[in-house]
Amino acid sequence: MTGYILSRVLRATLTMLVTVTLVFLFIRLSGDPAAALVPPDAPQEVIDQYARLMGLDQPLWQQYLGYVGGLLQGNFGFSIHTGIAVEDTFLGRLPFTLHLGITALALAVFIGIPIGALAAIRRGTALDRFVMGFSVFAFAMPNFLFGLVMILVAALAFSTFLGGENANVIWPALTLGLAAMGSFARFTRSSVLETINAPYMRAAEARGVPFGRRLVRHAAPNAAIPLVTLIGLSLGALVAGSVVTEQVFAWPGVGQLLVRSVATRDLAQVQFLVLVVAFTMVMANLIVDMLYLVIDPRIRAK
Amino acid sequence: MSEPQRAESAPRAPLLSIEDLTVALPVDGDRPEAVSGISFAIAPGETLCLVGESGSGKSVVGQAVLGMLPHALPVTAGCIRFAGAEMPPQRDRAFGTIRSAQIAMIFQDAGASLNPVRTIGGQLAEILAVHGMSKTDRGPRVLEVLRDVALREPERIARSYPHQLSGGQAQRAVIAAALLLKPDLLIADEPTTALDVTTQAEILALITRLKVEHELAVLFVTHDFGVVAEIADRVAVMQEGVLVEAGTAEDVLQAPQHPYTRKLIAAVNPTPRTLGQHGDTPILDATDVNLIYRSGFLGNRKALHAVKDVSLEIAAGRTVAVVGESGSGKSSLARCLLRLEEIDSGSIRFKGQEISTLTGAPLRQLRQSIQVVLQDPFSALNPRQTILSAIAEGPIIHGMAPADARQKAAELIELVGLSAQSGGRYPQEFSGGQRQRICIARALALEPEVLIADEAVSALDVSIQAQILDLFADLQHRFGFAILFITHDLAVARAIADDILVMKSGEIVEHGSADRVFAAPAHPYTQALLAAAPGLDQFQQGSAA
Repeated sequence: MTGYILSRVLRATLTMLVTVTLVFLFIRLSGDPAAALVPPDAPQEVIDQYARLMGLDQPLWQQYLGYVGGLLQGNFGFSIHTGIAVEDTFLGRLPFTLHLGITALALAVFIGIPIGALAAIRRGTALDRFVMGFSVFAFAMPNFLFGLVMILVAALAFSTFLGGENANVIWPALTLGLAAMGSFARFTRSSVLETINAPYMRAAEARGVPFGRRLVRHAAPNAAIPLVTLIGLSLGALVAGSVVTEQVFAWPGVGQLLVRSVATRDLAQVQFLVLVVAFTMVMANLIVDMLYLVIDPRIRAK
Repeated sequence: MSEPQRAESAPRAPLLSIEDLTVALPVDGDRPEAVSGISFAIAPGETLCLVGESGSGKSVVGQAVLGMLPHALPVTAGCIRFAGAEMPPQRDRAFGTIRSAQIAMIFQDAGASLNPVRTIGGQLAEILAVHGMSKTDRGPRVLEVLRDVALREPERIARSYPHQLSGGQAQRAVIAAALLLKPDLLIADEPTTALDVTTQAEILALITRLKVEHELAVLFVTHDFGVVAEIADRVAVMQEGVLVEAGTAEDVLQAPQHPYTRKLIAAVNPTPRTLGQHGDTPILDATDVNLIYRSGFLGNRKALHAVKDVSLEIAAGRTVAVVGESGSGKSSLARCLLRLEEIDSGSIRFKGQEISTLTGAPLRQLRQSIQVVLQDPFSALNPRQTILSAIAEGPIIHGMAPADARQKAAELIELVGLSAQSGGRYPQEFSGGQRQRICIARALALEPEVLIADEAVSALDVSIQAQILDLFADLQHRFGFAILFITHDLAVARAIADDILVMKSGEIVEHGSADRVFAAPAHPYTQALLAAAPGLDQFQQGSAA
């Protein structure tokens, strides 16, 4: 078990290190950041001055070491436009994104999983076909389109604007969580179908364990194992989706900040946000691996 | 001599009686009824063996008694009475108080019938909980019953998860679960089929002891007359949903009336084969072969010494059986000889030429000469490939013109006993026995000089087993290849082998001619295996008489 934990933590650390390096390289490969900052007709001396200011005149390896060293000390850099530390801007936006993301995930989990389980239990019925139809729709619908249609319908029919920072979180969250909801429903259905036909379910029936208890105590813990992986992986899709959704609903979160920073070539800010997204993904995967230890005794034994 | 037993059991009121039970099959089934008008009764404290092959409907009867038949299998006639009262209709809620409390059931695969993510103790306590036992009484009762099925360290077993138990321990735990509420009837559906022969003997002894101590009636569903000879008081034989023979164990075993019963009994103690042709020089021989599996990384490296210093030789036209229980290394040995594993040391020679170091083109050439037939004919064939193309594929790869290869494949299909027209069909259209014939034809298409059969009949019903073993012997007689037959089943080894190798923990512990090994086993392990094999001794006396 300690070997398992150790190897997962080691793998997460390595992934982070590789990501940090790649982010550093890609941003420097995408053109001279100093030239992009100044007006197109600025003289070379001005560009050079900016480059010196940003440390771009040093050799690449020195820049890299300085960058990694800064990260380790919690020194992530300053926005080129506002001069504010990038993490401060990020932390100001974070509550909005957390509010939106957690609501979206909750919608996906608490609607997607129950309807998927219900479809499995009532397999072959109209309910099953309806749930599966819905899940295909939810999964296939692009979230920018769904969000825009929702805003349009609300504006025309109810004369309300669903966007902006004072709007109800439920609408952007529904937009953001819809795809995950569909895939959770579909996946839960197949996972539950697999477990309710397992020999131990029949054995439990033969031992007189009632239907409801068989579902909750026998099927659910087994069906949950692959679902935990899926939920961990869909955090990535949620982060990616939040960029679009926040833009559509004018939601002042991290996704919107990222779009704006890219548009204005705010190097330090983009770099920091990409790292935060990567860190979130790595941590989500690490947490999933650790959750396995709790829910699957077969992994604990390793 | 069977009279006194009848007189003893006749006056007692039956505990379970099944009267004219008929269960329908879905419209697209291969016959209209799963079970057709079956009647039998079991007295308290009596063991009735319900014997039949797969598809005979024997498991359907067991499920019907517990009210667990699916909607697709409706009871269309007859009734089931338990302790004098008629049973509720199938799937009725009233079964909740009958299951476990009055009638308990155990299944073939004990490991799979335990929930993998819950402890044994938790699962046993749950049964007590749903039948209303107070929380404080559950723990002691669980330990008591685990002790009753002779599990050492019951506290540790109760804390364990199913994957931490051996097959035998898991089956004991499942039997313990069945005994928790002191039922009157135990339904055991092939409970020992998945177990090694020595473990099987222990479980049969356990069931017999519990039956006496707890005055349990047992409905024991099996295909194996060897098991029947060990434990049955009475026997009922089913074939395609119909009860073809019933009677006391002595009557049925010693004077079977129905030809089907005779066929099933014959499978337990096959006639030893007449010796194969004698080859002088070995075609395949191995010296001091070692195979070590390594796994894990950094701190927790593991090594498993699967094959230890194994030496053997096979001559053309001879059959050598490698006998051993699961984990003995017999399949690993087969993989070494097939050059599917790189051996760690030792040498393997084909016609005197060292082959353990071959690579590239010479190795591909060698593959032609050593072919394999695997255990599971269902997964050994590609479901998207017609059988003709599956058989012709090998020769085409080895350079035969496609038209000639297909011609040859068609001939082989007939040779293994299938109709010539079936070449264009897909594997799933064939039965298990037919698929194994296809696998044999596929192996023979390359005209191998050595055929390695890895548990090639273990997944088949006993009567089909006999046919496939005959086919092996017949083809060997015709083509003269050597066979290395890997099996856990002593009866199969008896039926096919000239020579026997007994493997245990990766080592060969005994080696000799089949006659000698069966008549006078020298190694204690071989003796234990033969003693544990159910029914063999009774039958030897029976056939001598």
